[in-house]
Amino acid sequence: MTQWSGYLGLILQGALVTIELTLMGSVLALIMAFLAGMGRLSRFFALRALATAYIEFFRGTSIFVQLFFAYFVLPLAGVELTPLQAGVLALGLNVGAYAAEVVRGAVQSIGREQHEACIALNLGRWQGMRHVILPQAFLVMLPTFGNNAIELLKATAVVSLISLADLTFQAQVVRAQTGNTMVPFTTILIIYFILALLISWGVRSLERRMARGLDGVRV
Amino acid sequence: MEWDWNFVWEIMPTLIQGVKITILATLLGSVLAAIIGLGIALARRSPNRALSRTVGFLAEFIRGTPLLVQLYFIFYVLPDIGILLPPLVAGVIGLGLHYGTYTAEVYRAGIDNVPRGQWEAAKACNLNARQTWTHIIIPQAIPPMIPALANYFIAMFKETPLLSAITVLELMNQAKSVANTYYRYIEPITLVGAFFLAISLCSVVLLRWLERRYGKIER
Repeated sequence: MTQWSGYLGLILQGALVTIELTLMGSVLALIMAFLAGMGRLSRFFALRALATAYIEFFRGTSIFVQLFFAYFVLPLAGVELTPLQAGVLALGLNVGAYAAEVVRGAVQSIGREQHEACIALNLGRWQGMRHVILPQAFLVMLPTFGNNAIELLKATAVVSLISLADLTFQAQVVRAQTGNTMVPFTTILIIYFILALLISWGVRSLERRMARGLDGVRV
Repeated sequence: MEWDWNFVWEIMPTLIQGVKITILATLLGSVLAAIIGLGIALARRSPNRALSRTVGFLAEFIRGTPLLVQLYFIFYVLPDIGILLPPLVAGVIGLGLHYGTYTAEVYRAGIDNVPRGQWEAAKACNLNARQTWTHIIIPQAIPPMIPALANYFIAMFKETPLLSAITVLELMNQAKSVANTYYRYIEPITLVGAFFLAISLCSVVLLRWLERRYGKIER
């Protein structure tokens, strides 16, 4: 039994790497989502085209291929990345592209009358966006952002293939050392599921917090 | 490192071999996901509480954990209890099971979207349960589902590179083996990306068409 506790420690170390990746990837994804989502709504054709190209490219190719591209091909172009950097970059850019469409959809879902009210109050484009549209749109985005964060968590398993010591990688190590497959894989499945539950619980409570004071504005 | 067209033509036949397996896995996985999804959706509507709760939890669990780990589980753990599967079969089962939990939601939404009046009319016309499903509900529920189902099948297609981790010789694995033989990563990995992008862009066109053809709900 003593050796199992050592192996469990190994798996928990992997869980830390997975959590770290998920958090850093989510931050990058959030930034990219707002940049690209707002870009698609821009007045300027060049910005719209750039944002659309980014979104279509990252949604159109597999996360797996993007990760391998970041890790194996970018160094040939002179950009050396550690596995962690490559992982965060690929995950953040990939999920950011999906989330950008969520941002665009949510901003567009805010009614005409809100935009008209901004004009009537003589707010600038940026002021209206910042104080009127985004606070309402953000609430619409939140549930889908939660789903995207879970997708990102699940996608982190792929980084084990570029030798980053996350949960899946550590499970493989334990499997190689003990010859037992059932225990490590069942353990990490349960850990992933708990992490996913934590994310959906966190997003739901954030949603309740944000919705406070907005009663009557939205149906 | 320079892009070398001669090398591209040299490795093309090997990559085409991989493309065939990738497409085969996607097609088989889609069929399996469509069937499993229907099974889950029907089980969750079952009046038997124990059945609907258990299936609901299992579906939630599968959706909350990474496909890669599930593939490892099917490929490495099941042989321990005497189920030895060839890699491609294990991969197709993994894809079908994972995406089956997503398509189940599409079926659920599709069935829930059939107006109540239709159920009542079927009852008024004295149709029994089987007749109601086959003649009234299913014919109206299926067409609006088609774009959403196609969307998941395209998503599944982009996940097929994961099968390389359980030694299926699909496109990504062929590209990796070519890259490892010649120590050239830039051409094979870029070609894989280009291939996925090409198919995805074509499928976007197909999806738009499906949405126009089937997406509207006639009331």
